[in-house]
Amino acid sequence: MCDTCGCDQPGNPTRFTIPGQDHAHEHGHTHNHEHGHDHTHDHHHDHAHPHTHSHAHSHPHDHEHGHTHDHDHEHVHTHFHTHPHEHEHSHQPKIVQIEKDVLSQNNLLAQRNRGYFDAKNIVALNMVSSPGSGKTTLLEKTITHLKDKIPFFVIEGDQQTTNDAQRIQSTGAPVIQINTGNGCHLDADMISTAVKKLNVSDSSVLFIENVGNLVCPSMFDLGEAHRVVVISVTEGEDKPIKYPTMFHTSDICIINKIDLLPYLDFDIEKVKEYALRVNHHLKFFEVSAKTGEGMDKWYEWLTDTFKGKK
Amino acid sequence: MHELSVTLSILDVAEESALNNNAKVVHEIELDIGELSGIDFDSLEFAISNAPKSEMMKDVSFVINRIDAIAKCNDCSCEFETSDYYTPCPQCNSFNSDIIQGKELKIKSIKID
Repeated sequence: MCDTCGCDQPGNPTRFTIPGQDHAHEHGHTHNHEHGHDHTHDHHHDHAHPHTHSHAHSHPHDHEHGHTHDHDHEHVHTHFHTHPHEHEHSHQPKIVQIEKDVLSQNNLLAQRNRGYFDAKNIVALNMVSSPGSGKTTLLEKTITHLKDKIPFFVIEGDQQTTNDAQRIQSTGAPVIQINTGNGCHLDADMISTAVKKLNVSDSSVLFIENVGNLVCPSMFDLGEAHRVVVISVTEGEDKPIKYPTMFHTSDICIINKIDLLPYLDFDIEKVKEYALRVNHHLKFFEVSAKTGEGMDKWYEWLTDTFKGKK
Repeated sequence: MHELSVTLSILDVAEESALNNNAKVVHEIELDIGELSGIDFDSLEFAISNAPKSEMMKDVSFVINRIDAIAKCNDCSCEFETSDYYTPCPQCNSFNSDIIQGKELKIKSIKID
């Protein structure tokens, strides 16, 4: 299986690109490394389809669909009886208790990343938000301002283009772009691969700019020390309760673009109140990455966090 | 959209366990899924219906146990049912509560031969 939605479609592999290098590294499919099920591939030899070689779960689905749609799905039980006659058993099937978290594979890899970061004194920050909240600008300004004190490394996640990586590169920080293709979030395996390609040095800050999406990335631990959710004042105060999972799983909330407040009806106290309802542990920074207003406190927190790690 | 990748994860874990138990067929997969697990149940059922399945799981059925969410107030220790992260405590109206049940996203068991 692949942790990334839809990325098991042929032609949409995850790509890792370091700006300035000629070609992207195509990462055949994350699950080749991630999910120790390579040894279970027996069945894919049954299919003579040209595109199934890359991974076990890429079989064209057509042969199953025709059947499954013929059956009504009860609300709770979902049945797939492509061959109903096969259900004549003379003995009792065996029930195996599994009690395993569905995302355990990702969580395991995330903990591995976390241990690696800890051992190397790397402060990893998972930056999440809707598209267009100003994550990349925030990173550009932060890196430019603090790069003499803190070595920065950046992993950029987007479905397509290396635009963000190019913007970060112009700040001088080493950066790698992950293009998820159809995927809507980064996962722990992608981070593990990217960190190796990027050669992140000891005692540094690693910014991971996640795919702009307030839903899916919330479920995937990357091994970060802090999850930082960015919301801009153009977005509406009720975003924390509309997309509560992301705010619930973050520990830092940056409210960006406060220079626009005079032109908007945005009530900054209201958004904080909503966010605190969802997560009473949240720590806030009110900033304008563009004008620099409020950024000092964020710089101070980042510097302290970095020193605390050192 | 992450329901598809979650489904593929479920099928992987089930298949691995089945193979470890020398099974040839997986009849049933039982899941515990909390109301606040971040899973949309309709999307999950759609993903389950459409996810590609290996030969040993071509007839598999799913039992999904929906787990209600329960929060515990940090101020007055009241435990109450909720369907979101921002319901105030019914006893003291505080928002200072933690979810103690309802985030499950777990494969409970498989039925195999």
